Amino acid sequence: MYDMKALYEATSVQHAVELRLEHPEAQIIAGGSDVLVQMREGKRAGKELISIYGLDELRGVSIDADENIRIGSLTSFSHITRDPIIQKYINVLGEAVDMVGGPQIRNIGTIGGNTCNGVTSADSASTLHAWEAIVELTGKNGVRRLPIKDFYIKAGQVDIRVEDGELQTAILIPKASYENTFGHYIKYAMRNAMDIATLGCSVNVRLSADKKTIERARIAYGVAGPVPMRAPSAEAVANGAAISYEMIDRFGLAVLNDINPRDSWRASKAFRQHIAVEMAKRCLLESIKLAGGVIE
Amino acid sequence: MSIVGKSEIRVDAFDKATGRTKYYEDRMPAGALYVRIKHAEIAHGFVKSVDTSEAEQIKGVVKVLTCFDVPEIDFPTAGHPWSMDPGHQDVADRRLLNRHVRYWGDDVAVVIAEDEVAAMQGVRALKVEYETLPFVLDPQKAMEDGAPQLHDNYPNNILKHTSIRNGNYAEAIKEPGLIKVEGWYNTPTVQHCHIENHGCFAYEENGRITVVSSTQIPHIIRRVVGQALGRPWADIEIVKPYIGGGFGNKQDALYEPLCAWCSTQVGGRLVRIDCSREETFVSNRVRHAIRFHIISWIRPDGSMAARKVDLYSNQGAYASHGHSIVAKAMGSFPQLYPCPNIECDAYTVYTNIPAAGAMRGYGMPQASFANDSNIEECAHAVHMDPVEYRNKYIMPQGFEDGFSKNVNYYDSHRECLEKGKELIGYDQKIKEFANDSGPIRRGIGCASFWYNTAVWPIALETSSNRMLLNLDGTVTMQCGETEIGQGADTAFAQMAAEAIGLKSYKDVRVISCQDTDVTPTGLGAYASRQTYVAGFSIRQTAEILRKKIFEYASKMTRQTVENMDIVDGNVVRKIDGKVLASLKEIAMTAQYNPQDSEHITAESTFTIKNNAYSFGCTFAEVEVDIPMCKVTVKNIVNVHDCGSLINPALAEAQVHGGMSMAIGYGMSEQLLFDQKTGKPLNNNLLDYKLSTVMDHPDLEAAFIENPEPTSAFGTKALGEPPACSGAPAIRNAIYNATGVALHTLPMNPHNLFAAFTEAGLIQDSWQEGK
Amino acid sequence: MSQYKLVRCTINGKKVEQMIDVRASLTDMLRNDFHLTSVKKGCEVGECGACNVLIDGEAFNSCIYLAAWADGKNIRTLESLTGPNGELSDIQQAFMEETAIQCGFCTPGFIMTAVEILETKKLYTRDELRKLLSGHLCRCTGYENILNAVEKTMKRRLGVPTE
Repeated sequence: MYDMKALYEATSVQHAVELRLEHPEAQIIAGGSDVLVQMREGKRAGKELISIYGLDELRGVSIDADENIRIGSLTSFSHITRDPIIQKYINVLGEAVDMVGGPQIRNIGTIGGNTCNGVTSADSASTLHAWEAIVELTGKNGVRRLPIKDFYIKAGQVDIRVEDGELQTAILIPKASYENTFGHYIKYAMRNAMDIATLGCSVNVRLSADKKTIERARIAYGVAGPVPMRAPSAEAVANGAAISYEMIDRFGLAVLNDINPRDSWRASKAFRQHIAVEMAKRCLLESIKLAGGVIE
Repeated sequence: MSIVGKSEIRVDAFDKATGRTKYYEDRMPAGALYVRIKHAEIAHGFVKSVDTSEAEQIKGVVKVLTCFDVPEIDFPTAGHPWSMDPGHQDVADRRLLNRHVRYWGDDVAVVIAEDEVAAMQGVRALKVEYETLPFVLDPQKAMEDGAPQLHDNYPNNILKHTSIRNGNYAEAIKEPGLIKVEGWYNTPTVQHCHIENHGCFAYEENGRITVVSSTQIPHIIRRVVGQALGRPWADIEIVKPYIGGGFGNKQDALYEPLCAWCSTQVGGRLVRIDCSREETFVSNRVRHAIRFHIISWIRPDGSMAARKVDLYSNQGAYASHGHSIVAKAMGSFPQLYPCPNIECDAYTVYTNIPAAGAMRGYGMPQASFANDSNIEECAHAVHMDPVEYRNKYIMPQGFEDGFSKNVNYYDSHRECLEKGKELIGYDQKIKEFANDSGPIRRGIGCASFWYNTAVWPIALETSSNRMLLNLDGTVTMQCGETEIGQGADTAFAQMAAEAIGLKSYKDVRVISCQDTDVTPTGLGAYASRQTYVAGFSIRQTAEILRKKIFEYASKMTRQTVENMDIVDGNVVRKIDGKVLASLKEIAMTAQYNPQDSEHITAESTFTIKNNAYSFGCTFAEVEVDIPMCKVTVKNIVNVHDCGSLINPALAEAQVHGGMSMAIGYGMSEQLLFDQKTGKPLNNNLLDYKLSTVMDHPDLEAAFIENPEPTSAFGTKALGEPPACSGAPAIRNAIYNATGVALHTLPMNPHNLFAAFTEAGLIQDSWQEGK
Repeated sequence: MSQYKLVRCTINGKKVEQMIDVRASLTDMLRNDFHLTSVKKGCEVGECGACNVLIDGEAFNSCIYLAAWADGKNIRTLESLTGPNGELSDIQQAFMEETAIQCGFCTPGFIMTAVEILETKKLYTRDELRKLLSGHLCRCTGYENILNAVEKTMKRRLGVPTE
């Protein structure tokens, strides 16, 4: 039994917006695998909840008119992993969210919840950053879209305007981002299931026609700072570079110019820096291989 | 023997496979009041006051009780048999609720409410004012002069210090040419993590108190509840239903005394205490973190000239099982790798962390890690193959321990090592791995274990048993020894069927639930003793039952008692095997005979004055990814001589569980505390890294079956030993793969990063990159 | 002020209606209102898997699933596997025969995930099975015999030789 003040169940996106405007103090609950745990801990005890879990219109993956991949915010991790569109165009996202918790958590957890709680360790977040996802929010003034890097404000805080009754309704991956692009994600954790990332690293590349040069490389981390982040110095090393082990080494070391992990009881800064380099190299190498790259 | 030694299906398997097995919460009548505990949010200090006014206003709150309300009685909690010798009794050092807060999480008040939410809200609404004191988390720091004192009667926080002095260490180390192999070995605080949290419910009836509890030791809990409440022990009835694992945590009085007392404070109404997972980690019991300092003096041939071992055991805030654990750990040193000149000193020290108690292995996983790590270093020091070193210097056949009088009747150690080598492919793999030099290296390692069965001669060993001949010729049996998931009831049924002469173990109906009002007294599940001790009372009671059956059958058949046996549930004539009467006929006749009716039953108690050595080893194969600071256990084999197996499939399954616990102990588990506040950091199943099914290789359990001559059925310790040697085997495999000798558990990436960095295996390339 | 909701759903094949306190978890509802005590509480935060049930064919930790969400759903607990005369399903039988059960507390949750796996009618490798079962913690078995029980049942159902 949860210490909950009231439960408002939204019956449509419009209804959810109205409920938010009506109950600005209330917390939105999607799958609940974070919100309910916090409520039980006492952090959100005595709060009102607006449940959007019943909004099937926010579930599913599709390609929209502009050829964006559109992932409804309530799509569960397991459905993302199994989706043929994801498997075809951005398989790494399916792989990344297949490392969240365990199977039951992947059945209840949603990509919207994973991004809206604003935590840096979210397994979807680094891949969404590395693929320059667009976040779609719906509120009383209609739809607002913004790049995912702008969506994250600080640890635990994202750009959702409660005063406008906003909720996240979709995540989009533009065609320019996913076309002819291959990526790999490494979750570094203390065990192989039921864990949160000590560090997450997602890399993707687009290669030249002869597969010898990297046209575009993108890399993003979770837990390398208070919010998920790209590593532009590393990307600069790889962009336009000929593929070689030496380049991969330089790419890895360059991430240290960008990331800013902290010391905590979960892991030391020095340890996170060390594995960040190693993960960057391994992710890049694997991405190149997936793209059919030739390594000199 | 035909019924023992067979892999029969567990007697409780059907109910557990259908989900209808009743654990304490499933047996609870409706309408129980919820008791929620207010846990201290400081590591050390005194409660000055508790403002209960706000909590009392919450709808549904029935009563608030604080540390100022409880009886002024200090009581012990350890699940040990009571000692009639006051000098041997467990330390009584806690109250139902404590004004002197000794760890972050100590129990200071309770809220009793009609529903769960009101109870939770009530606890949050309590305002506790503390006088805070400095705290200490480390046992060696706690021993220093001027350290914060936890208990008045224990200067320097030393609960107890005991020693071993064999031979003459000081003289022995003067021998020329000795090699010194010295190390500090650190083991972490870990928790049992049975999947069912501890919980209980209590009510009063006819002036007595009944507590139904998730416990391993109902008869001991009766005594502790009586002591804690200042009530005659016979006023207390403890009922133990099926439990969802215990592993030693439930070999302690946890919240039964508090629950019983809360019931008495609300007019005997039904009250429940259900530990949350977070409470289970902090406010139940943990495994002692023990730090070892070992100095071994070996000759160039590897033989041990002298040895010195210091052990510092972190007891935490309350005595619980106290010094027994580190004493057992210390006791293994002169025995496993015997040394004529050995000095050991063991200290059990109070600190401001959760109280440590019994946990599967009882000091031996710690000792095994320290001892077999040091032994591995000894082997390396004289350039000897580590398995060969063990073969040469491990306890020999015929060894007799002066204290326990245990005898090593067979050459079990060497047989186990040989089998382990073969199963893991040792000779071939060490050759194959010798040339690994890249970032990913493989290694193989081994460690041995030593384990006593039961607690004789340190404490009482007794077991009682009752058998009733049913009208259909089956037998109903009650044991004081408890089923806690390990499969004891099935082993009991097999032994009883064998001893009586029944056709099948299914003809024995074991009453699994112990009720101290009706169940014969036993001590419960601990010390890997269930099958060993119950075997004696089962055999003895079966003999009494058989005699009664023969006497009645003799009246029916006019055959002599001496000429009878029971085979497959029939009384037969010994000389030719002719069936004289079935047990059903005898039972029916005896029950309904108008001239001479008898309910054929038997009951007896057996005092055990024996103990037995259980031995074995683990071999582990690892792959070490040096840059990623990760170790993968690729293969692991446990070989165990626990005597004759009563049920091989169940034995194997139990070993798997022990190996799994050892892997967790070695690789990932550790309960952490904030050094600045003493607050536990990871007391939940997400942050505490218990192994998942993806963190294991397949587990291989093998046995050497040397029948134990002191045992009724040839058995000896099975359940706990497999939790002991796994961690050092993995540690030694990493050592052999990388040359890095780790000295701290768990061997998780944090500790590997530090060790690999120190060894120069990891270049600080990231610094160059800056 | 208490808030209630009428939930209509199917539980173990039977259509039911139940007035629930909106603060209740699905675990609370199944255990307290329907006495389905195979649904166990081991952590109440979705970390152990003891309370796992199938909802519309997928495995969920019922402790972090609001009872209010059960409306319109098809829910199955371990109790649904036993036939009207006490007949066991093949997966229950396999758990018994493979000695995959010790204390029994994690067993219901594991078996229900196994049901989800088996209903996909796919042949998985042992490593894939590990991943599919990884949402459950067990402290007794080291998972070894649980894997064996699921693997054997999967192979038997698919007509693949078991050894």
